[in-house]
Amino acid sequence: MRDGRGTVKRKAGLRLWLSGGWLAIVALLTLLAGWISPHDPLAQDLFAARLPPFWVDGAEPGFLLGTDSLGRDVLSRIIYGGRIALTVAVIAGLATAVIGSVLGLIAGYYRGWADAVISRLVDIWMAFPPVLFAILLIAVLGTGLWSIVIAIIVIDWTRFCRVVRAEAMNQSQMDYVSSAVVAGHVRAAILWREIGPNVLPTIVALLTLEMGIAVIVEAILSFVNLSISTDAPTWGGMIAEGRISIHQAWWVLVCPLIVLFLTVLAFSQFGEGLKDRFDPVLR
Amino acid sequence: MTPFLQIENLSAVIRGTSDRLLRSVSLEVNSGEVCGLVGESGAGKSMIGKAVLGILPAAVEIAEGQVQLDDEDLLAMPQADRRRLIGAKAALIPQDPLTALNPSRRIGPQITDRLIDILGWTRRDAANRAAELLDEVHIDNPQRVLASYPHELSGGMRQRVLIASAFAANPKLVIADEPTTALDVTVQKQILRLIREMQERHGTAMLFVTHDLGVVSKVCQRLTVLFAGKVIEQADVADFYAGPRHGYSKALLAATPKFTEPFTSLMPVDRAVITAVTAEIEAADGAWHHG
Repeated sequence: MRDGRGTVKRKAGLRLWLSGGWLAIVALLTLLAGWISPHDPLAQDLFAARLPPFWVDGAEPGFLLGTDSLGRDVLSRIIYGGRIALTVAVIAGLATAVIGSVLGLIAGYYRGWADAVISRLVDIWMAFPPVLFAILLIAVLGTGLWSIVIAIIVIDWTRFCRVVRAEAMNQSQMDYVSSAVVAGHVRAAILWREIGPNVLPTIVALLTLEMGIAVIVEAILSFVNLSISTDAPTWGGMIAEGRISIHQAWWVLVCPLIVLFLTVLAFSQFGEGLKDRFDPVLR
Repeated sequence: MTPFLQIENLSAVIRGTSDRLLRSVSLEVNSGEVCGLVGESGAGKSMIGKAVLGILPAAVEIAEGQVQLDDEDLLAMPQADRRRLIGAKAALIPQDPLTALNPSRRIGPQITDRLIDILGWTRRDAANRAAELLDEVHIDNPQRVLASYPHELSGGMRQRVLIASAFAANPKLVIADEPTTALDVTVQKQILRLIREMQERHGTAMLFVTHDLGVVSKVCQRLTVLFAGKVIEQADVADFYAGPRHGYSKALLAATPKFTEPFTSLMPVDRAVITAVTAEIEAADGAWHHG
């Protein structure tokens, strides 16, 4: 029994370190992009087009991950693309978390007509197919970074709302909530002190998951050219461009794809790891 | 003198139906007195305490009756007033110490919240009082416990913390909802003694909810026997143990395990008695439904 728990705990720790480490590297690289990236991500050099990455014959030393068909450095473009991906992830993720959680807490704790209104709204909202809804929203809002952020918030607040509502309902049944009622506290105080802290681990886990989703959504939208301007480096945009030259220069497609994959994976694993670490019941 | 807590003709039903969980319960607790509330599981003992404190489950509503706390009608007053009145004058010792403390907050603020928010104490006074209270419930090193999280304490310790917390605001009435049921037998005795000690020191009226007639004889002065939400018998403890009047009470007393008898002599409450008392209650119900 004790051994079993020990193993589980070690695993959670490793998962947390690996995913957190990757996210820290990506965050650091994108924050310091101006100093770290070896080239200007927009600088074209047709004489240096389709240079392969460093481990393939014919690579140029200055271009670690090779260049694309216009001679732009792939590594620099990935770093600058990460800047957009992470900006979207953080802003859209946090805003979605705040809006969805507040509504979910209100619905789950106060119940009554507030719950009825919010829950029906969530039901209706969730009936829309998310990607099509996003494309429609971008078409209305126009392309650009803020449109993507707004589209993600508008679509995904329901994800938080549902889960947080259920969790808040669970928590309101607990004995310590009854005790707080007997002690004479107002409902807002009980929501803030008794329910909030116990729902927080769930919110954090959802938040990191949501950041991963935001990265994917940004990639999808830039893949179909609905993100920011076409020549700005985005991971989705790079994948779309790389697709055309896959037979001559596979690295233009594969490198951003791997980075995208690892980043999304890291976000979801980081959330799971945090939840395990901070869950008061498992602790 | 009027009783501190007076419940009159209280009926509770499942919301939207006429299925009664409490059937015209009348009950009083005088100042400084410990009253036992006994019944089998599902008899509605806890429901009475919850109705008084305003923490009934959402599916249950009060259909009729009056609850007077310190001469004020709880059910008639606005919710905010009731909340403040209960917060200042009544408290609860809950059944399960494992779920009655918030797992993500330290012990200290969980005790001092009420003093600061409801009674308007300063943070420093409340913190001192909390340490004093933990001392009263015989917890060594109160400062360390105040800074702990609930999962760092044992079940017995948590129950002590909850008792301290219940007496924090010097309540006039404490409702103890099966306070020893979830505890180890060896700890039960200490906790019972502690509750009694705190009750005497603070001169608090207490409604002691339990299924254990053995406990009642040690702690209470009067008791009320409940079956299916109906009061079967109310008596002084001494009279009751000398000879209960009602057939159901007799059967319940006979079903209490005795230390001196072998396991094989344990038996549930007699079926015939249950049938009789159920018939009695159904007859009364018929009158209620048509009345």
